[in-house]
Amino acid sequence: MIGAANKNVQLHPKRKMGFFKTLGRQYQLALMSVPMLLYVFLFNYFPMWGWLVSFEKFKPKQGALNSKWVGLENFEWLFGRADFINAIRNTLAMSVINLIFGTLSSILLAVLLNEVRSRFFKRTVQTVTYLPHFLSMVIVVGMAQNMFSADGTINNLLISAGIISPENKIFWLGEKTLFWPLVGVINIWKEVGWNSIIYISTMTSIDPTLYEAASIDGAGRFRRILHVTLPGIKSTFVVLLIMNIGHLMEAGFEIQYLMENALVKEYSQTIDVFSLRYGISSGEYGIATASGMFKSIVAIFLLFGANFIAKKLDEDTLI
Amino acid sequence: MPYAEKAVKAKTPLKGQPRKQKEPIKLESFSDLIKYIKNFFFEIKKRDIVFPLINGIILCLLMFITLYPVINTVAISFNDGIDALRGNIGLWPRMFSTKAYSDLLTDPLIYSAFFISVSRTVITTILNLLTTSMLAYALSRKEYVLRKFITTAMVLTMYVNAGLIPNYLLITDTLNLDKSFWVYIIPTMFSCFNMIVIRTYINGLPEALSESARIDGAGDFRIFWRIIFPLCMPVLATVALFVAVGSWNQWFDTQLYNGGKKNLHTLQYLLKMKLATSMNQANKANATADAMAQAANTTPITMRCAITVVSALPILLVYPFLQRYFVTGMVLGGVKG
Repeated sequence: MIGAANKNVQLHPKRKMGFFKTLGRQYQLALMSVPMLLYVFLFNYFPMWGWLVSFEKFKPKQGALNSKWVGLENFEWLFGRADFINAIRNTLAMSVINLIFGTLSSILLAVLLNEVRSRFFKRTVQTVTYLPHFLSMVIVVGMAQNMFSADGTINNLLISAGIISPENKIFWLGEKTLFWPLVGVINIWKEVGWNSIIYISTMTSIDPTLYEAASIDGAGRFRRILHVTLPGIKSTFVVLLIMNIGHLMEAGFEIQYLMENALVKEYSQTIDVFSLRYGISSGEYGIATASGMFKSIVAIFLLFGANFIAKKLDEDTLI
Repeated sequence: MPYAEKAVKAKTPLKGQPRKQKEPIKLESFSDLIKYIKNFFFEIKKRDIVFPLINGIILCLLMFITLYPVINTVAISFNDGIDALRGNIGLWPRMFSTKAYSDLLTDPLIYSAFFISVSRTVITTILNLLTTSMLAYALSRKEYVLRKFITTAMVLTMYVNAGLIPNYLLITDTLNLDKSFWVYIIPTMFSCFNMIVIRTYINGLPEALSESARIDGAGDFRIFWRIIFPLCMPVLATVALFVAVGSWNQWFDTQLYNGGKKNLHTLQYLLKMKLATSMNQANKANATADAMAQAANTTPITMRCAITVVSALPILLVYPFLQRYFVTGMVLGGVKG
């Protein structure tokens, strides 16, 4: 009986129907999804016509269609500017630092947590280390300021350990060469627990008989980690790495913007901060859009490049 | 074959070894002592307690490092303002005072900011959950003809965006959403990542549920609302947490679009403004002298910490209850679609 009923209500009709006829039958699904599609077009794709502005001497009053067309002048101007070149360097440097140390630290944390026997202790560590992920960057930077200010905890710690003398305290927040490491440390503090989730879950899916076999073969703890755990997370690692390469132009915006000051500007300004400053603060829309567009285009190339590598490595592709 | 042999080899001597080999150790000579120490380390190695011990210490240290700045901020916020400028406050206030909080709570701006923050978070979360889960359901139906196209269009938004200025122009020029409350709601109604998380969860539900409803004549709306939506509660809790936290923590849209409208400021934006002033102070070469001079009338550090505590409190309160959901949600959503 059930089989017969199933035949009448076929979900995948064998007979080829026309596209619109099928769509007409699926009007409820269409009602659920097409409004969101339009929404995404309006908010994500439609603004791309604003890239026109980057070829113009844009005046908001004249609008994008009537402003003076200047061709590649904005781009030429940009690449002649030392602070834009610095912004590219800063963006790449900070995201590479983030990528390398962020990944390493979260894998390390995952390995350590994976070795913990007590469920309660593991849970506690996880709950605590996920917490900073949910705090806003404003809060985190505020806390970092408490820690790293001249009279802050870090300096006091270094003084009491005898590493620096009380007279020459380190101005962590005003030292331009310290800006990148500082951002790296703060980012790791904020995200290490969160980023380790995916590795921990991969590790729990490793077949326990592999560990047993390794023990029987005489492998100690470190060998088991080296030869069972780490190979077990390899594919996750590769997928995440490739995905992050697609995001390499996103060094973050908030932290650099919030921690910026005149002393560190040379090393703190990322492309996003640059376009904010030129676009919205000084009204140079053409230049700001050009810098944003440059970023997006490089990001697209990185994404397709990463996808290509993923295909070569026979991992799942991203898009 | 060699594998089995090895296993046998490894096991037999262990079994053959009599456990009670130890003799009571007499510490009579130096060599006895050496023997004793050696034996001690051998015992430790055999029982495998060194690594768990070190591991535990490292993880405890990590927890301490994670929590220290949070507790430190709370401690500073409860400290006396002028005293706090001397720095060096650890986990406990040195001179207890609630002045920062009483100052904060007499400021009418904080109430409106709190109200705006709460309402934007609640409205965004509800709308987001409805639209995103509905879309996720539609895109989980394999027979849906537009599935591939819409999925691709959605996933691409995770990687490509028009950039700051075109978005700014869209919202201010084209849509005229700036200087209004709706700029907090409308542009943030969709997130592709959350959609993928929900869709993955729906894909994991047994197909028979929706199929039997379909046989009984239910349309997709009814299937979604009556069957899928209630079953998705665990993953929806996760996504709700993500969305709510994201909305609550947002400050940049306030700065961009509503910077001039005081009645639309959010808590995070108030905090950001406090942070900016203290950031400038902290980095002047004569920072301490300057701050001391200011301390007579204002207490920027304690005040800032008090706002930090107020704006972090809702998250800290909600987070532990939702925590058990989001790990599964995250893992189910995986890294990609």
